[in-house]
Amino acid sequence: MNLTDEERALLAGEAGPARQWAIGHQIAVGRYLRAADFVPVAQAHIMADTESLGPAGVEWLEHLAALPEPDRQVRIPTITDPRGTDFAAAARLRQQDWMLDLEHRAIAAFQAMGILMTDTCINYQTIMPAVRGEHMAYGDTGVVIYSNSVLGARSNFEGGPSALAAGLTGRTPRYGYHLDEHRRASLHVAVTRTPAALHEWGTLGALVGRLAGDYWQVPVLSGIDRIPGSDELKHFGAALASYGSVALFHMVGITPESQRFADVADAALPLRATIGAAEMAAFRTGPAGDGTVDVVVFSAPQLSLFELRDLAALLDGRRVTVPLLAVTSPQVKPDADRAGLTARIEAAGGQLLSGMCFYQSYAREMAEANGWRNLATNSAKLVNILGGYGYRPVLASMEACVAAACSGRLAA
Amino acid sequence: MTVFAATAGMGERVRGRALVASDGFSARYDLDRIAGVFSRPDHALAGQSYVGRILVLDAAKGGVATAWMLHEMAARKIAPAALVLNRVNPIMVQGAALAGFTLISGFAVDITRAVANGALVEVDPGADPPVLRVLEDTA
Repeated sequence: MNLTDEERALLAGEAGPARQWAIGHQIAVGRYLRAADFVPVAQAHIMADTESLGPAGVEWLEHLAALPEPDRQVRIPTITDPRGTDFAAAARLRQQDWMLDLEHRAIAAFQAMGILMTDTCINYQTIMPAVRGEHMAYGDTGVVIYSNSVLGARSNFEGGPSALAAGLTGRTPRYGYHLDEHRRASLHVAVTRTPAALHEWGTLGALVGRLAGDYWQVPVLSGIDRIPGSDELKHFGAALASYGSVALFHMVGITPESQRFADVADAALPLRATIGAAEMAAFRTGPAGDGTVDVVVFSAPQLSLFELRDLAALLDGRRVTVPLLAVTSPQVKPDADRAGLTARIEAAGGQLLSGMCFYQSYAREMAEANGWRNLATNSAKLVNILGGYGYRPVLASMEACVAAACSGRLAA
Repeated sequence: MTVFAATAGMGERVRGRALVASDGFSARYDLDRIAGVFSRPDHALAGQSYVGRILVLDAAKGGVATAWMLHEMAARKIAPAALVLNRVNPIMVQGAALAGFTLISGFAVDITRAVANGALVEVDPGADPPVLRVLEDTA
């Protein structure tokens, strides 16, 4: 990689051991992925729940946090993805003390480095959305794909260590979606039925993700016949990134880089698949066994204020019989409180959690402690993840999930 | 001895038995990292131990957690010995860089079809180009 004088100085340790580690880590990654040089980034966003970090990762963070203050502080605005708990609800979730201890230690380390504990995966809705062309080091796949595709920003998937490194150096290796040539479409999918509900947008994202198959594919979708809302694109992108490891998509006439098909694709790009009502119906599996549901979860991504508004309306006058968990960000939660949404959800027996995400919060241990196995959700991303954690997740509409929470059964 | 050249690699040279499938890899989505087995029910390797094995798989999948989890698994010594992929995503590279983990990727052939499950293989990221050597075809 071509290094500037400043980057050589960082590598030589002239700005301390934390930045020396950071630039060395970035060079190793950049060389592997054939980056020619670095690009400055405006923000970093760190995924670092303690189930992923483990004690070894927390100790590693504490080692950096113990350095002298000038050596350990991040150089650019650096924020965090959801944590592994909502401390106020941890006892109800039957999370254990050792989990909370790890979380406290990780938070203390991040704060010592000057990192802002935003604890959200919807920062593009609530904190500071990226501007078209702005380079970022974002560390949540849903954040990356939304920012790249809907906002026209430029970020690769930056895992926790690399996002932290970007915070410390203010730059990231210039490869992948920082470069024009990687932003061209490689996969054309025609859509003959525009999804309506959020779980249907997730279904479409899952189907396109399966077709794409890896990080370097860029789908372009034609046929979407209206402008989707932010929550719809949030669920679509999150599922596409989850099922396909995809970081960028285009929608003809909708997303900013593809006002016309020719803006992002050669005319010769073949049509890979057509997705309509039949394909979307075939994706969904029915409930397991007799349809008994142990828990209903709205999460992944965290819910917007508008999603919470819809959920509260569905719960008005009803009473859940199995746990119903809705997860939002620490930024949205106070608004939900002030607007009375939290009280309406809780009046029906639901729980509104803040600053966590279900699958990032020791999902396996929560399942074992609470006897949860059959889970209903409107998040296709959550369905994709939780099978490996021992759940039998089922995708359904928000309306059907609420009905299941009240009756204890999900209709076939 | 059959040798397969890769386009990129990092980490130390390692030798071990290959665990092969034409399926993807994500530490969060696919593994029970406490038990050390593949736990995703529809993964081709579901129920099999990955500890100490050289995983030969198709593509990096899923989200960003693997960037931490390789380090976490290595610290508890419940980790694969190396990862060999047809196609990486940045997360696998970032995770390998943090953990000092052996990773190579990018082959002229589908490496999951070229290497037999259980074969004794050597992964040499420091060779130019990085290579996977099949030392013994069957377990």
